[in-house]
Amino acid sequence: MSAEPLAELSDLFVVAAVLLYLFAMVGFALELAFGRARVDASAKGRARTPVTVGGGPASAPDAPPADTPVAETPRFAVLGGLAGLVLAWIGWAANLGAIVTRGLAVDRWPWGNMYEFVVAICFAAVTAFLGTQLRNNIRFLGGFVMVAAALGLGLAVKVFYTSAGPVVPALNSYWIAIHVSAAILATGLFVLAGTSGVLYLVRGDGLSRLPSKADLEKAAHRAIVLAFPLWTFAVIAGALWADRAWGRYWGWDPKEVWSFITWVGYAAYLHARVTAGWRGRAATIVQLVAFLCLLFNLIGVNIFIDGLHSYADV
Amino acid sequence: MSVGELEKERESKPAGMGPVGWLRWSWRTLTSMKTALILLFLFALASVPGSLVPQRSVEPDQVARFYQDDPGLAEWYDRFQLFDVFTSVWFAAIYLLLFTSLIGCIIPRTTTYLRELRRKPPAAPRNLTRLPHSAAFDGALTADEAARRLRKLRFRVETGDGWVAAEKGYLRETGNLLFHISLLGVLVAVGFGSLYGYRGNVLIAEGDGFANTVATYDRFIPGPQVSAESLEPFSFDLTDFRATYQVEGEKRGQELDYSAYLKVTDTPGAAPRDYELKVNEPLEVDGTQTYLIGHGYAPVFRVTDGKGQVAFEGAVPCLIADKPTLTSECVVKVPDAQPSPLGFLMRFLPTSVPLTDGSYASAFPGAIQPGVEVLGAFSGDLGMGSGEPRSVYELAPPELMKKLKPLVMGKDVPKPLAPGESIDLPGGAGKLEFVEVKEWMTLQIAYDPGRLPALLAASMATISIVFSLVIRRRRVWVRVKDGSVEVGGLTRTEGSAAGFAEEFDDIVKVLAAGDKDER
Ligand code: HEM
Repeated sequence: MSAEPLAELSDLFVVAAVLLYLFAMVGFALELAFGRARVDASAKGRARTPVTVGGGPASAPDAPPADTPVAETPRFAVLGGLAGLVLAWIGWAANLGAIVTRGLAVDRWPWGNMYEFVVAICFAAVTAFLGTQLRNNIRFLGGFVMVAAALGLGLAVKVFYTSAGPVVPALNSYWIAIHVSAAILATGLFVLAGTSGVLYLVRGDGLSRLPSKADLEKAAHRAIVLAFPLWTFAVIAGALWADRAWGRYWGWDPKEVWSFITWVGYAAYLHARVTAGWRGRAATIVQLVAFLCLLFNLIGVNIFIDGLHSYADV
Repeated sequence: MSVGELEKERESKPAGMGPVGWLRWSWRTLTSMKTALILLFLFALASVPGSLVPQRSVEPDQVARFYQDDPGLAEWYDRFQLFDVFTSVWFAAIYLLLFTSLIGCIIPRTTTYLRELRRKPPAAPRNLTRLPHSAAFDGALTADEAARRLRKLRFRVETGDGWVAAEKGYLRETGNLLFHISLLGVLVAVGFGSLYGYRGNVLIAEGDGFANTVATYDRFIPGPQVSAESLEPFSFDLTDFRATYQVEGEKRGQELDYSAYLKVTDTPGAAPRDYELKVNEPLEVDGTQTYLIGHGYAPVFRVTDGKGQVAFEGAVPCLIADKPTLTSECVVKVPDAQPSPLGFLMRFLPTSVPLTDGSYASAFPGAIQPGVEVLGAFSGDLGMGSGEPRSVYELAPPELMKKLKPLVMGKDVPKPLAPGESIDLPGGAGKLEFVEVKEWMTLQIAYDPGRLPALLAASMATISIVFSLVIRRRRVWVRVKDGSVEVGGLTRTEGSAAGFAEEFDDIVKVLAAGDKDER
């Protein structure tokens, strides 16, 4: 296929992904709205895991804690959650299709400008969610991740849209594959953590249909533990690329400054989690501030501040 | 070591004490986690102005403009070193405190760590069912057998009378300490590089050459420990420069690629070699890197003065006025022209096309139909004899500008000159000829002995943080008595209790497997 139909196909895939994510969100929302309410199993009290050996699966990780009111979740709600999961996977495939066809249309790595970058981040965020879901049940986050991804794609299409085309010479390097891919992956995970963080703050104590604070905190921490080394790597790869392209590995260009601030922010979160008096709410706020820095770096720096990086045109 | 223990150890208050006590208390406070956390916040916060206020090291021209627009505010900014955030005293104060805190934290933790490495896992607590993870089953497991099985799971094991204590996950602390040490390594490497390295910029037109000596640079920024002799003595000529642009579509005119063709002489007297310098492919000569940063046009002009002598001939680098079309502004100064010095202001259009209103503009950045518009020709004192440095992009200082005598104004030359064309100045003052088009490139040449150590330290930080974050420190105890077995487990890592629950189940299964798998 020649470039133009491929580029059009890519745009169609993006629209399809938005719709699928929205449908998936409805499914997840059904499950959450009609599912049982959860008590806020206090994050401090360590969950005791009774173990019975030889008596079947000892403790499924998502088994209801004994002290939860055991009101049955209606069948349609459970089905809604499952349907949401299936739709999310199809949306994920459409999102992937959009990236691959775009890449084929422009014959380079498809993250050379804001539009492509945001589409890829939405993909990474959904990947982070679905990937985690394979091992640990975090379906309770599904609806919110879907909203974030759909909003992100919508923003990309409405505000950042750039038609398929070549990039400036400085971006034509294998480093884009290494540096930007790592940054995208890490950002996807940070989006997952940020979503949990917002829910954590929104959720009051006590009975609520929202997931418990302990679950949210755990999901956020797990994502950041993966994302932090990835982000570290992305920053270092960026420095290596800058060393090749601009003749210095670190020059406090605005994008570099904000990557650094983001990095320090998440390091502060990791410290806050192990500092007496900072666990829980304070650590979550630190995490969200770091997340805001990340978003500002992604969007704000490109739009408001001039710098060497700004050629990734909006 | 658990952080809780650390905290307790450090929360002691300064109770009526002398200077030594105060010192000790300050040191403790400085090296506490809470202080480290606050310093981390300050560190991040302190970098913010560095991205909002133009920085001298990044955009010196923006700083100059700031001074022009608002001298009062600029003065104040400068007082607080806001134009040099990352080399400012207060920024340095923050990171030095942070790194002192870091050292103060690493040393005691390293000694504890080394002690722990040699220590045996602690004996089993009396009541294993009180532990966060516990299990009990009946079986003929002996303590020795339990120890053997735990060892097979790569636990470090200690046995006693009817009990086994096992622990693993020491790599977590190893990773964590290495990570923090690597951060110190990065700081030291960066510091070393800025002491012993240098950086410089130079602009070169096609046909010209460069030799790596301080004098040839347009701008040279040496580290405090760099001497003129320490520059690597290489040289090169720019034989050709080629740029290609997108010809069609919405992105018409966007740069696709550009290359500078060099003849490089690595050491004086060595045979020259060819090198194609491109954006992401710097030239390296023995640790000194040469980078292609930018490019533009340098039309060649020949000026004949009133006496018929060629008073100037050469390529004149023009400043880019409009990036997408590479419309550029050129200044030619001919101080040696007789009877009076001459000066020209011109505009270079790489692809000159007429507009409907009779003016001309560049339609494309490539030099398809190059043209030079003469905006003005002047005679009179250009102020070049005064010995003060003058910008090559400015005809004369403003006070002299007013006194110059205009010979030709823009309207006198209705059509841009094509290569080979010339104009005669009125009154026999001379002739300006646009000979041909050349291109210039700007280079950055840098030597930084800290870059490799910095890379090594940063890579080590990345690898060790993975260990620090992913590995779980955990202990398992087994107590056997009269055919019944109790197992207890504890993870000493925040937030990984859930993950450990699964692992604990598996451990218990291995312990309870009885003799079934022992044939
Ligand atoms: C340059 C600034 C620093 C950075 C970027 C940094 C980064 C980190 C990171 C990413 C972790 C992993 C957290 C985890 O295990 O979940 C960590 C752990 C830790 N850091 Fe730092 N750190 C810095 C400075 C300090 C300082 C100054 C101290 C000492 C007061 C310190 C003490 C600790 C301790 C005790 C841990 C262990 C946490 C645990 O066991 O989970 N750090 N640090």
